[in-house]
Amino acid sequence: MRTLTYRDALREAIREEMLRDDRVFIMGEDIAGYGGTYAVTKGLFEEFGEKRVRDTPLAEEVITGTAIGAALGGLRPILELMTINFSLLASDQIINSAAKFHYMFGGQPQIPLVIRMPGGGGAQRGAQHSQMLETMYAHVPGLKVVAPATPHDVKGMLKSAVRDPNPVLFIEHELLYNIKGEVPDEGVEYTIPLDRGEVKREGQHVTLITFSRMLHVTLQAAEDLAKEGIDAEVIDLRCIRPIDIDLLVDSVQKTNRVVIAEEGWKYYGTGQGLAALIYEFAFDYLDAPIQHVTGADVPMPYSKPLERLAMPDKNAIVKAVKAIVPAALTQGIAR
Amino acid sequence: MAISNATLAGLTRKQLLEMHYRMSLLRRFEEKCAEEYTRGKIGGFMHLYIGQEAVGVGSITTLEPQDRVLSSYREHGHAIMKGIEPQAVMAELFGKSAGCSKGKGGSMHMWSNERGMFGGNAIVAAQLPMAAGVAFAAQYLGEPRVTMCFFGDGAVDEGAFHESLNLASLWKLPVVFICENNQYSMGMAVEKAWAVDSLMPRAAAHNMPGEQVDGMDVIAVYEAVKRAVERARNGEGPTLLEVKTYRFRGHSMTDPAYYRTREEEHQWRNTRDPIGIFEKKLLEQGVATQAEFDKNDERATQVAEDAAEFAENSPYPTPEDLYADVMVDGSTALAFRRKRE
Repeated sequence: MRTLTYRDALREAIREEMLRDDRVFIMGEDIAGYGGTYAVTKGLFEEFGEKRVRDTPLAEEVITGTAIGAALGGLRPILELMTINFSLLASDQIINSAAKFHYMFGGQPQIPLVIRMPGGGGAQRGAQHSQMLETMYAHVPGLKVVAPATPHDVKGMLKSAVRDPNPVLFIEHELLYNIKGEVPDEGVEYTIPLDRGEVKREGQHVTLITFSRMLHVTLQAAEDLAKEGIDAEVIDLRCIRPIDIDLLVDSVQKTNRVVIAEEGWKYYGTGQGLAALIYEFAFDYLDAPIQHVTGADVPMPYSKPLERLAMPDKNAIVKAVKAIVPAALTQGIAR
Repeated sequence: MAISNATLAGLTRKQLLEMHYRMSLLRRFEEKCAEEYTRGKIGGFMHLYIGQEAVGVGSITTLEPQDRVLSSYREHGHAIMKGIEPQAVMAELFGKSAGCSKGKGGSMHMWSNERGMFGGNAIVAAQLPMAAGVAFAAQYLGEPRVTMCFFGDGAVDEGAFHESLNLASLWKLPVVFICENNQYSMGMAVEKAWAVDSLMPRAAAHNMPGEQVDGMDVIAVYEAVKRAVERARNGEGPTLLEVKTYRFRGHSMTDPAYYRTREEEHQWRNTRDPIGIFEKKLLEQGVATQAEFDKNDERATQVAEDAAEFAENSPYPTPEDLYADVMVDGSTALAFRRKRE
């Protein structure tokens, strides 16, 4: 094991997949000479050259369509969109083409495509540069949508995404690129399946379900709760679609209480979808209503204090947990 | 010149008669489609190609089997020309399992991996970026394939048109962009939608050769497209062709075409029918006889009849087919770890 940043782990995965398979290439805006807006692809142009590391014009709809076409033509493209916010310009190609072709054309075409894009707020980038939006794509049959939160997971999941025969939306987070974590040594091959979440902290009193950057906030909240005798289980969803439903159900059966924490908006979003599924599959095991910690229901403001208010923090999670975990429970009296 | 040795545009008599047969087939096939639509056997949107046959036949005749075609929702003709059996196209229209997209696509979504027919796209201009990508894959892999992309005059108004031409030109992709300018994007006359009166300035704007072609003359189409295909195959990059044509029917089956006059339609049908123009040319050049045209037409009519009969007698997809082929690996939104009832 060694310690790597999320960014370096991601780059390593891309590089290893490019070395493994000549059909894998990367394309996107300023990914070659510039090295990528978040420096993820730095050095790859020098190593692999223009053929396999392709800068594109600023034209999200068309570069996404081109990547889909390249996949139809037998390649394994990794497309970088500068941010998930710009993916809205490409959403026609993602939703109307990539998600539909295999089904609409009777199972004939395959689109083994990875679209990498960071989402999220917290860096004072304003309303048009601070959205999650994963829920929009996760709504659509025909796509896989994943959002890894750690260097270990981002490497293993990117490798799986490249090898997956379906279009995969690979959602990173602008504030995750610099975080560090343990990753197996170079040359130690591993992949992580694109339909499995993971228990990142075991606990017995409440299940905290989260993903992407909010995993780290949630783990901090769990530490704070532990000091007060509340033992929280933290589940990193990792995959938004497909959903590792049994992982959630198993945890709910153990803890009987759920808090969902996400950075995106509350209404009609990922968390509400998860809550509905838990009510559907594990209603009888719930001892309290599911709590939901989300971003404020506003376009993201620029001003620092306002942005802080708009983003869910660990205190909001602690508060939500305390609302459904009675003191008696943690003192071992109830149940 | 003796009939058996006659040629036109470098095409042999046999090839010319085959083109005539193909045009007749597209015409008769779609007349049959209209009939079946009226009978309620075909549903949804259906956009007929009648009047535009010279474009599809002249263009796709220039291609090799390994080449690929992408098209819009007016693509029955392109699908048949690229080699999908008329029976499979008709079965698709009927929503049957034997359809070329297993009945899941319908009129606007015809596909064949084997024949290199890559859809059938019902989002205007969405096929242009994909055509660039398919062409890029061939360039990347060093495969000698040309990609041909058909679209209407309405697609030119979309941003994707311009972005695709720019990228294709920048990367010198082996793709031929063919605008079938049938002069109406649904009900909008092209002169009301375009700030230019031809596509040539737009070809120039993206630094690629452009050519305007009479789309009612199958030989003119063939010759212009052949030049563009050769350029693509020789690594000289993309070409934009504006092929002027006219659809004899409405935009779709439910369009009474109030936006144009009956006189205009009659004028085109009576004096600019692409099959009539081709027959006249072949007769004048002494390449073929009326009897041969009649024979082609009879054969085409029979193939269309047989296709409809085949489609009628084919089974519908089963309820199990509803959830098949959403994902390549069969995955679903819920990934269970334990088996469920």
